[in-house]
Amino acid sequence: MSDIEIKNLIKDFNGLRAVNNISLEVKEGEIFGLLGPNGAGKTTTIKMLATLLKPTKGEAKVCGFDILRQKDEVRNSIGIVFQEPALDNRLTGRENLDFHARLYGLNKETRQKRMKEVLNLVGLENKANVLVINYSGGMQRRLEIARGLMHYPKVLFLDEPTLGLDPQTRHHIWDYIIKLNQKEKITIILTTHYMEEADYLCQRVGIIDFGKIVALDTPQNLKNILGGDVISIEAVPQKRAFEIFKKLSWVKRIKQHSGFINLNVERGENKIPLLMKIDQKEEAFKVKTVNLRKPTLEDVFLHFTGKTIRETEASRSEKNKR
Amino acid sequence: MKSNNLQAIYIMWLREMKRFLRSKSRVIGSLMVPFFFLLFMGFGFKSGFILPGMTQETNYLDFLVPGIIGMAMLFTSTFAGISVLWDREFGFLKEIMVAPVRRSAVVLGRIAGGVTTGLIQGILILIISLFMGFQLINPFGLVLAFLFMFLISVGFIGFGVAIASKMKDIHGFSLIMQFIIFPIFILSGAFFPITNLPGWLRLLSYIDPLTYGVDGLRASLINFSQFPIFLDLILLFIFGFLMVILGTYLFAKMEA
Repeated sequence: MSDIEIKNLIKDFNGLRAVNNISLEVKEGEIFGLLGPNGAGKTTTIKMLATLLKPTKGEAKVCGFDILRQKDEVRNSIGIVFQEPALDNRLTGRENLDFHARLYGLNKETRQKRMKEVLNLVGLENKANVLVINYSGGMQRRLEIARGLMHYPKVLFLDEPTLGLDPQTRHHIWDYIIKLNQKEKITIILTTHYMEEADYLCQRVGIIDFGKIVALDTPQNLKNILGGDVISIEAVPQKRAFEIFKKLSWVKRIKQHSGFINLNVERGENKIPLLMKIDQKEEAFKVKTVNLRKPTLEDVFLHFTGKTIRETEASRSEKNKR
Repeated sequence: MKSNNLQAIYIMWLREMKRFLRSKSRVIGSLMVPFFFLLFMGFGFKSGFILPGMTQETNYLDFLVPGIIGMAMLFTSTFAGISVLWDREFGFLKEIMVAPVRRSAVVLGRIAGGVTTGLIQGILILIISLFMGFQLINPFGLVLAFLFMFLISVGFIGFGVAIASKMKDIHGFSLIMQFIIFPIFILSGAFFPITNLPGWLRLLSYIDPLTYGVDGLRASLINFSQFPIFLDLILLFIFGFLMVILGTYLFAKMEA
């Protein structure tokens, strides 16, 4: 059974199309990731599913409930952790959880039992009575995850769950997310613009750009589309190098992006010497750096959108400044 | 679903109580301004004066105390309503917006919290003023005074929620204070009998709801009023009712 069914969902903001005709399904018990740059429409999609925004067109069901006609049922069956903290930092961790539990109508017995469980799950038992204002960023995020779980939701939305956290804390949060997916048998939908996060956590990934899903599959399958190895070359003049590489029979795919040329090849370690030979023979260009790696989701993103996520974000924030 | 909403009212109230009791600076801060007004204006104008329609001199402090209580209710209540904006700024509003409860329950909970803290402050100001020599001419009017404090508070919390629901962020806040809240305070006759004002200014006072709050407080506490007390009560009741409806309506329409 599918916990999420989205059909042709569209959201416009003042004539700008933030979400452009998205359709997808998320299965029960799955960890699903929406991967894309800032401004791609991830948060807008989540907000519509959580009944906080009205779609312009299209429909969606969460746990079988319609997001427009059965708001309360949807709200009861989901937990959500927002991108920005949404805690009352003048209350303690326990009080924040209690506030939430009462809003969701849990009785006293259930409240106390559940509070113990979720605090234990995120390892905050010892900090429960401390005011949230004294929590670190990682602790706040963990408390929010715990809070999202308080009312036994079937689906948990995590909007950029590790944004702004240091690498070590990020890995801790990942472990908690995997643990609760297994222990609570809960469906998780997360958004992220960190490739490694989507790769590590998600069973399936939807790559989203300009409000559209451009690819949808398991991380492994997505990477297999590219296959082999990726050689990333910095060469001057780039144009000349690109023209020459393009003609090579063993180059499966070639992409240019901001100073780099990416070649998709089999057995990349054998191909680098060949590249160096061309460099010496033709003297038409100079190779400055060479990098060999297995394809990552970043390469997949580049393949489908023609840009890396970082470049997309840079050009968009540039646009916003103007 | 019904019990959810009752719980929501209760937990919004409880949250306000906890936040109030935990910020000592807020309690003391909210009492300092009324205290200074009473101290300097009350003692500064110590010489009595004759109120319109009265034959005997009235001590200015006695005249001032109900006005200052009205002022305190205006400011704390509007703040309590506008605190929706702070919840939005710090993200907490989303937690409330996504919960399976009626928005009206959220607003009612906020009103319950704001009214309680408002009444506590009103009582504290009254106690302070007794120590400063305020003569409670009509102790039986205390109950009536609490009713007026309650109505002022409900009305202006609803007003604050309505404003906050229409504002994008907290930047317009000082503008609201200067161009709406402060005039409401000054025109209410907290400092002087509004009959002393020229006609066109008096007209503004007549449309200021706080005028009837202050007048009602004076009627209850010192047996002096410029309007019939039941008129004060009815107008404040209507004001409170309309503001709660408006605040709830606008808050319900707000998108997180």
